[in-house]
Amino acid sequence: MSTHAHVPAPAAPPAPAPPRLAHHRGEESWSRGDKIGVALAWAAGILLCVLAAAIVLYMLFRGIQYLSVSLLATHPLPSLDQTKSGGFLDPIEGTVILTILGTAIAAPIGVGIAVWLSEYARPSWLARAVESGVEIVAGTPSIVLAIFGLLVFQQSVFGFLSFTAEGNAVFGRSFFTAGAMMALIALPLIVGSTREALHSIPSHVREASYALGKDRISTIRRVLLPASRRGIGTGVTLGMGRIVGDTAIVVILLGASQQIQPENGTPVWGLLKGTGSTLTTYVYNNSPAGEGGAPQKAYAAAFVLLVIVIFLNFAVDLIARRKEPTWTR
Amino acid sequence: MSVNGSHNAKPKDRTDQRAEVALGALASAVLLLIGFMIVFVFSKAWPSFAHNGLAWFGPGGNVDEQLANIFNSPANPSNYVYTMHAWPLLYATALITGAAVLLSTAISMLSAMFIVEFAPEAMRRVMQPVIRLLAAVPSVVYGLIGILVLVPFVGNHVISGAEKDSVRYVIQLDGSSVLVGVLVLTVMITPIMVAITTDALRSVPRSWTEGAAALGVNRWRALRTVGLRAARPAIVAAVVLATARALGEAIMLSMVSGSVGFAPNPLDGTTFIFEPARTLAATIVDNAEGLSVKPFGQTVYAFAAVLLISSFFLSFAGWAARQSMRKYTLQAR
Amino acid sequence: MDPLSPAEEEGFDPIREPIAVAAQLPPPVRRIAVEEPPTVAQPPADGNGHVVPAPVAALPKRMPRADTAPLERMRTEALSIAYGQKLAVNQVSLTVRRGEVLALIGPSGCGKTTLLRSLNRLVDLTPAASRGGRILLDGEDVDLFDVTHLRRRVGMLFQQPNPFPMSIFDNVAYGLRQRGSKKPSKRELEPVVVHSLQRAGLFEEVKDNLDHPALALSGGQQQRLCIARSLAVQPEVLLLDEPCSALDPISTQVIEETIVSLRSEIAIVIVTHNLQQAQRVADHVAFMYLGDLIEYGEAERVFGSPVAERTREYVSGGFG
Repeated sequence: MSTHAHVPAPAAPPAPAPPRLAHHRGEESWSRGDKIGVALAWAAGILLCVLAAAIVLYMLFRGIQYLSVSLLATHPLPSLDQTKSGGFLDPIEGTVILTILGTAIAAPIGVGIAVWLSEYARPSWLARAVESGVEIVAGTPSIVLAIFGLLVFQQSVFGFLSFTAEGNAVFGRSFFTAGAMMALIALPLIVGSTREALHSIPSHVREASYALGKDRISTIRRVLLPASRRGIGTGVTLGMGRIVGDTAIVVILLGASQQIQPENGTPVWGLLKGTGSTLTTYVYNNSPAGEGGAPQKAYAAAFVLLVIVIFLNFAVDLIARRKEPTWTR
Repeated sequence: MSVNGSHNAKPKDRTDQRAEVALGALASAVLLLIGFMIVFVFSKAWPSFAHNGLAWFGPGGNVDEQLANIFNSPANPSNYVYTMHAWPLLYATALITGAAVLLSTAISMLSAMFIVEFAPEAMRRVMQPVIRLLAAVPSVVYGLIGILVLVPFVGNHVISGAEKDSVRYVIQLDGSSVLVGVLVLTVMITPIMVAITTDALRSVPRSWTEGAAALGVNRWRALRTVGLRAARPAIVAAVVLATARALGEAIMLSMVSGSVGFAPNPLDGTTFIFEPARTLAATIVDNAEGLSVKPFGQTVYAFAAVLLISSFFLSFAGWAARQSMRKYTLQAR
Repeated sequence: MDPLSPAEEEGFDPIREPIAVAAQLPPPVRRIAVEEPPTVAQPPADGNGHVVPAPVAALPKRMPRADTAPLERMRTEALSIAYGQKLAVNQVSLTVRRGEVLALIGPSGCGKTTLLRSLNRLVDLTPAASRGGRILLDGEDVDLFDVTHLRRRVGMLFQQPNPFPMSIFDNVAYGLRQRGSKKPSKRELEPVVVHSLQRAGLFEEVKDNLDHPALALSGGQQQRLCIARSLAVQPEVLLLDEPCSALDPISTQVIEETIVSLRSEIAIVIVTHNLQQAQRVADHVAFMYLGDLIEYGEAERVFGSPVAERTREYVSGGFG
C-alpha cells in the first residue's frame, strides 16, 4: 500500500552555511537563572499558603479560646474590670444595622448608575466621566471619605440626620451619616458587578424586546434587570463584605458610644439618628491601640467578624455559581 | 469595560425620556459628589497650607508637638497657630507604602506564576479560595494580630538592647515600627495583586504560549517573557489598586507602626527599620477627636487633601501607563 | 401616530399594530449602487456558435523538484494518540525526510493535526492526551531527550499567525534570546535576524521598520514573520499546520515558494486541507482518514493513480 523512495547515502550539507550564533546547541534547556526563578516561585507560593494558614488557624484558636455565648448576648458595659464589662451585643447590632443601611442606600443607586452606563450612556463624554468618577470613588481612601462625610453632615441643613446640640452645633455622627458613607464604599462594587451582568446579556434579547414595541425603560425593568439578578447579588454581597470590614468610617462617623444610644423620637428613626459602635470599632477600642485592656474580648470579636466575612465570601461564591440563564437554544 | 452604545433606538415616549434623564442625573451625581469632595476638603484645608506655604511639606520640628500647639491655640481666630511641617508624615507614608508595594509586587508576581504554571493541581484548588478569603479579611483583624503578636515579638525578641540604647535619647523602640507596618501591609495587599495577576496570566492567548513552547523555550522563560508581557496592563492595574489600598490604610497602620510622627532615620543603620513612624492616613485617624477645634481640624483636612491628591495622581498614572502599553497588545483596550 | 401622546386609544394592539405597520414598509436593505453591470465570462464558441469549453489541466503546475537526495530525519513507528477514550491517530508509521516535503491530507477530524503536533510533543500540553508507539528523531526516541531540545530541532508553524506582542526584531530574535544563560547582544543577533527574514521572504518589506510592533503587520506578513522566527533557531524539521488557510492567494504563493526553497535544508511536513496546494508543493503524500493512514507514497502516484478506494474518492472530490 505504500512505497518508499530508496534512502541513499547522506548528501553533503548545503552551502553556504547561514550565519550562526556561537555556543548554542547542546546548551542546558534550564539555565541557572531559570532554576532560581522557579525556586523563587515555589517559595512565594508556599509562603502565601503558610501565611494564610497561620492567620486563619491563629484566629480560630484565639476565637475558640475566648469566645463564649454570653459575650454574644450581653451589652457592653463601661467598666475597668473586665469581668464586668459585658459582651459585644451592641457592636454586633451596630454592624448589622450599618450594613443593612449602607446596602439599602447603595443598591438602588448603584444599579441605576450601572443601567445608565450600560443602556443609555449619552452623551459619551459624560459616560466616560462617570466611569472615571466611579473608579475615583473606589480608589479614595475610606478615611478621606469619612472626614468628608463629617464635614458635610455637620452642616446645619443636615441636622435632622443626627444630633443637634444647643448652640446649633450639629454633631454629624450617627448611623445615618455613617450609613451614607458606607454606601459610597459599596457603590463601585455594585456598579461594577451590575455592569458586567448587563454586558453579558446578548443584544438580540434587547432587540427582541424593542421589536415587540416595548420602550427602553420597560425592557430594562422587565427583561434586563431580572436577568442580571446574579450579578447584582454578587455586587451587593461584595459591598456588604466591604462595609462589614471598614473601621475608619465608623470611628469617625458613628460617635464613640459603646452601646447603641438612640436619639429621642420615634423608635427606628431615633435609633438611626443615634450613635453606637460596630464590631470593628469594638476590636479597635479593646486592643492596645484603643483603651486596651481587653485583648481577649478583642480576639473574640475579631473572630466573630472573621466568621461573618467568611460567610459573606461563601455567599458570593454561591450566588456566582448559580446557573447562568441560557440565551440561545 | 467599554460603554455599551445606544442600540440605535431613540427613546420613543415621555416616560422613557424621563427615565433617561433621571438615571443620567443619578449618574452625574457621582461626579458632583467628587467635585464637592474636592472643593470642601480643599477649602477647609486651605488655611493650613496658606499659613505655612511650601514649608508645610518640609521638615522642621516635631510633628506631634506642632499638632499639640495647634490644638491648644487661643480662641481668638487671629491668633490661631498653624505651624506645621509635615515632612515626617509624608516621608513615612512614602516609605511604608513604597516598601510594601515593592515587596508585594515581587511576591505576587512569583506566586501568580507559581499558581498558573508550577503548582500541583491539589494545591492550586486550595489556594484560589484561600487568596480570595485573605483579600476579604478586615484590616482591623490584621491590625489586632499585628499589635498583639508581632509588635511584642519584635519589641522583645528582635530588637536588641543595644539597638534600643543607641537611639534612646531620640525615640523609644517598643516594637511598633516601620518593619511591622511594612510586613503587615504587604500581607494585606498581596492577595488582591495575586488574584488579578493570576487572572491575567491565565487569559494570555494560547496561541502565544504554544508559539513560545514550539520554539523550544522552557516553561519559566515562556511565562516570564511572553506571559508577563501580555499581562502587563493588568499588572499595572493591580499595582495601582494595591498602592491605593496601601495609601489609604489608616486603622491597621495606626495600630502597628507607632503613634509618633517620627521620621525614621536611615543613618541609624539597621535600627532604622525598628523605628516607629506614622503615615498620613494613620495620623488622621489618631487625631480625629480634635476636629472640632478649628485650626486643628483644618490641619487634619490638609493631610486629607494631600491623600486625595495622591490617590488622583495614582489613578491617572495607572491610566497613562496602560495607554502606553496599548501599542503592543492584541485587543483594542 | 403621534409619538408624544401615549398609545392608549381604543382597540390599539401594542403588539400586532406595529408589526402590521412594519410589514407595509420596504425592508431596510441598503441597495448597493452599481456603476455598470458585472461582466460575465463568455465561453469560447466554435464557428457554429456552439459552446466548446476548454479542458481543465489534469494536475496543477508543480513547483521545481529538489535535486539533493532525501535523508531520513524523523520516523514514527505505529504511533497512536488518544484523547481520553477517543482514538485520534491509530498506529501510523511515516517517514519524514530532509530534501522533500511531506503533505498530510485528509478531511477534517482525521487526526492529521494531532499527528503533526505529536512530532514536536506539543500534544503533551493537552492534559487528556496519551501516546503509544514511538517517534524517532535521527534514530533516537524523542521521549528520551529533553522536550525543549526537541522543540528547538523540530519547529512548528500554526494555522493562525501568532507573532508575540513585541517588535519584529524581538519576535525573530526571541528563540535565540530565550535559551541558555548568556544573553546575546543585539549586534550578534542582527545578522541572524536579517538572514531569517530574507529566507522567509519578508526582509524587503520590513527592513526599515524592524522595531515596529509585529501585530501591526498584515496576515500574510505575520505568517512569514512566524516562519522567520522558526527559522532563526535553525530547526532540522519544520512542521506546518495549514499555514496558508487564513491567508490571501498572494501570501499563499509567497509562502509556498518559501517552503519549496527551504526543502533542501530542512525536512518539511505540511498539513493541508487544500488538495491543490498539496499537489503543488508535496513530494510525498500521506492520506489519513478517521485516524488511520490509508495511503502513503509519492505525490504523483497518490494523486494520479491512488491504490485505495477511499483515496480515490477523496482526491477526486467525492467527499471531504
